Amino acid sequence: MTYEFEKDHVVTIKDFSVEEVKSVFDIAEKMIPTAEGEEKISDLEGKLLATLFYEPSTRTRLSFEGAMKRMGGRCIGFAKPGTSSAKKGETLADTIRVAAGYADIIVLRHPHEGAAQLAANFSDVPVINAGDGAGHHPTQTLLDLFTINEEKGSVSDNHIGIAGDLKYGRTVHSLTNALSMFDTELTFISPPSLKMPDEILRELEKKGIPHKEVEGIEEVIEELDVLYMTRIQRERFPSDKDYEKVAESYHIEKEMLDRKDTKEDLDIMHPLPRVDEITADVDSTPFAKYFRQAANGIPIRMALLKLLIEG
Amino acid sequence: MSENEEKKVEKRKKIKITPIKHGTVIDHIRKGQAMKVLKILGLIERDIDFIVSIAMNVDSSEGKKDIVKVEDMELKNEELDKISLVSPEATVNIIRDYEVVDKHRVKLPDVVKGILRCRNQNCISNQDEPVKPEFEVVGKQPVTLKCNYCEREMKGEEISENVI
Repeated sequence: MTYEFEKDHVVTIKDFSVEEVKSVFDIAEKMIPTAEGEEKISDLEGKLLATLFYEPSTRTRLSFEGAMKRMGGRCIGFAKPGTSSAKKGETLADTIRVAAGYADIIVLRHPHEGAAQLAANFSDVPVINAGDGAGHHPTQTLLDLFTINEEKGSVSDNHIGIAGDLKYGRTVHSLTNALSMFDTELTFISPPSLKMPDEILRELEKKGIPHKEVEGIEEVIEELDVLYMTRIQRERFPSDKDYEKVAESYHIEKEMLDRKDTKEDLDIMHPLPRVDEITADVDSTPFAKYFRQAANGIPIRMALLKLLIEG
Repeated sequence: MSENEEKKVEKRKKIKITPIKHGTVIDHIRKGQAMKVLKILGLIERDIDFIVSIAMNVDSSEGKKDIVKVEDMELKNEELDKISLVSPEATVNIIRDYEVVDKHRVKLPDVVKGILRCRNQNCISNQDEPVKPEFEVVGKQPVTLKCNYCEREMKGEEISENVI
């Protein structure tokens, strides 16, 4: 089977066509038994992944390394800048060119926006962006979409609520951009000070994606097929009191789901780590999809590594 | 005095600024942007051996404007087009023997490289990397630029404030 995938690098979800997203899904789905350890494959045997993590991110790094190893590949890299030559003043451009000489593919997490684009410009092996400052984190978005697709049978035809810090949240910006490629209805749930930026709303209007903004989860929960929760960070508020007031209304607990007229097949997602947006008693309900979502990080990253390395 | 010479004298009277014999006159620069224009054209840092004069706050039919004159030097269009970032209404006059032999308005380029820094301090192009900041022109009115690295947009004052 041939897949539609023309990319040399994965820098932002905006570069993807719907067909390319579907190609990633198709391969990721086939990878699930291997990702879960039930099957063994050696598609990437002899291949080397360099994980260059200038910022700590245990989950993302482990899932890339896990994905590579599940396909028979190996990994090299560093997990904090203190252990890299960046500390000695080497430019990212040089580090990338050196790493491209050692490995078959590079995964980069960097604190500066645009770092992955710069890396892609200097590297002659594929670069995958694993987060660049407040910029993009396309593999998170792909696994989010994959989870919706897996649970609902398609990304389209769903009413998706996105709640939390919509102003500064990189994850929700990428997710909204990606969802706008599909036929969805969106509701943004946030305090007034953390609303979705106008430029993103304008894009939705241009594409004719129906959307609305509300301030509370309870206002809209019974309409939703998917509720995507994100963390509201304390440092976004002038005082602890202000934060607590807002945080209290942006959390989900089992009682709320039972009490409310929620759809039976509502899926609650979260990019994790959570703080107290979702109480532990939700974990055992059929609504909770966030651990499944996290687990999907492996097959999605396997699919991308395979597509990029095998070209 | 021939008719042609009379016309020249008349014209010189109208222009308060001393005309130049040969060179480039950049007219209709937005008030207060003349120094930015010199910067964009690299006429401040460059070791030049020709005369550059500027006039600021000059009266014109459309209000106040700045003017830059570069003597004995005909600047190239691709260089001059960069001025449109801070002064899209600017016009360029190429002068030979006191006569305007070519006059045109500056044209916005599609890509702007190496003359502006990104307004996002956290953009990789603002770190010590071996790259020139690069922007795509995504809007013309007002001029809007998008950083090719971090995708942050800049317009208006943000553009003139970030001339390198």
